[in-house]
Amino acid sequence: MAVRVSFKVNGKSVSSEVEERTLLVSLIRDTLRLTGTHVGCDTAQCGACTVMMNGRAVKSCSMLAMQAEGAEITTIEGVAKPDGTLHPMQAAFKEHHGLQCGFCTPGMVINAIDFAKGNPNPTEQDVREALEGNLCRCTGYHNIVKSIMAGAKAMAAAK
Amino acid sequence: MHPFIYHRPANVNDAVTLAAKGPDHKLLAGGQSLVQAMKLRLSSPSDVIDLGSIKDLSGIKASGSEVTIGAMTRHAEVEKSPEVRKAIPALAALAGQIGDRQVRAMGTLGGALANNDPAADYPAAVLGLGATIVTNKRRIPADEFFKGLFETALAQGELITSVVFPVPKRAAYTKFKNQASRFAIVGVFVAESSSGVRVAVTGAGPCVFRQKDMEKALAAKFSPESVAGVKQAASGLNSDLHAGAEYRAHLVTVMAKRAVENALK
Ligand SMILES: Cc1cc2nc3c(=O)[nH]c(=O)nc-3n(C[C@H](O)[C@H](O)[C@H](O)COP(=O)(O)OP(=O)(O)OC[C@H]3O[C@@H](n4cnc5c(N)ncnc54)[C@H](O)[C@@H]3O)c2cc1C
Ligand code: FES
Ligand code: FES
Repeated sequence: MAVRVSFKVNGKSVSSEVEERTLLVSLIRDTLRLTGTHVGCDTAQCGACTVMMNGRAVKSCSMLAMQAEGAEITTIEGVAKPDGTLHPMQAAFKEHHGLQCGFCTPGMVINAIDFAKGNPNPTEQDVREALEGNLCRCTGYHNIVKSIMAGAKAMAAAK
Repeated sequence: MHPFIYHRPANVNDAVTLAAKGPDHKLLAGGQSLVQAMKLRLSSPSDVIDLGSIKDLSGIKASGSEVTIGAMTRHAEVEKSPEVRKAIPALAALAGQIGDRQVRAMGTLGGALANNDPAADYPAAVLGLGATIVTNKRRIPADEFFKGLFETALAQGELITSVVFPVPKRAAYTKFKNQASRFAIVGVFVAESSSGVRVAVTGAGPCVFRQKDMEKALAAKFSPESVAGVKQAASGLNSDLHAGAEYRAHLVTVMAKRAVENALK
């Protein structure tokens, strides 16, 4: 059977017929073709599928699309300005080499943006704790932590 | 995941009517445990009843002597709530140690209690504080709620609406966490209130339990030294790839001692 789910993705209203068991990440990637959101583990461990729902970072592999009914979703595609100017957090990842292969990066950036909203000037310890739900197989985290500390300050300064 | 029929009731009555139809009708809160279980086909409900639209199931109310938290209140909300931080800082701190921040943005108090994972954190606070679980039918004291491995006193179709936590004089929760999942290998919640001292242990056994020898020792004198010499028996405790029963038993004393230290800070 199919059900209808309606929400906003990156500011645009979408309404889609889905099977009840469709995961939010499948809808985002397979139906909406927003493939910047990744699937690493599919078991709520790695955070590659992290998207923003109503301003909070959540793992889109661990919820039904139906749980997003009426919500405002932001994926990595909706983070930069329409003219292509990077979000301060994205710019910080670029500047501080916070990525290597880039697979984990969309989830890292979305989680970092949510975290930085409440932590304009975080310590290294704060950042490492905030990354408990995001795994990276390349960087060893060091530059990710640096990026997020810088990105948080840049976000606060841009306010 | 097997197919199912999805429901989004607008109020508790409709949710309960649907849930009462049979054991294949499952309530969905944050989905952080249930959706995973469904993906693994460990759970294959015929009907899923999403509580996400029932507004009066979430929220935090504090009076002088009690804090009432709605079943659908997310871990992140409890962690950040000024009311909880002021009245029962140990509870806010416990919520802030559950999983990771994405899990905390979705996971709920009611879901965590109904699930009663042997390594979950909230059961330790609920039992340690002597809280009351309020359902659509009755009020269940914590001492009667946790029945065994993933087992609770909830009847088929019974829905947790809120939990009432009495405000203690002091309390603290200390957990030795699994580095990968952040679940408790052993977590100990200690609380001192006018009605006495309670010590609740999670992660160590198949279900959260009270450590009564430690309670007695702390009632005589609330200090870390009082529990330092109290040994937990290893028999009946969990042994798995993360820790053996002997080691868990040892950790119960260590975590209890640290919890008392933290409660006195
Ligand atoms: C990566 C990861 C790490 C985690 N780490 C921890 C951790 O460190 N510590 C910890 O304690 N937990 C941890 N969890 C579990 C997490 O806290 C879950 O959110 C919680 O156990 C279940 O809550 P939920 O709201 O997601 O419930 P759901 O998954 O939606 O539901 C769980 C069960 O409860 C039932 N239910 C839900 N709400 C009600 C209600 N109101 N009344 C009656 N029954 C209800 C459902 O039918 C289902 O059987 C982790 C989870 C993940 C994915
Ligand atoms: S794909 Fe969702 S957490 Fe790994
Ligand atoms: S940059 Fe490759 S996984 Fe993180």
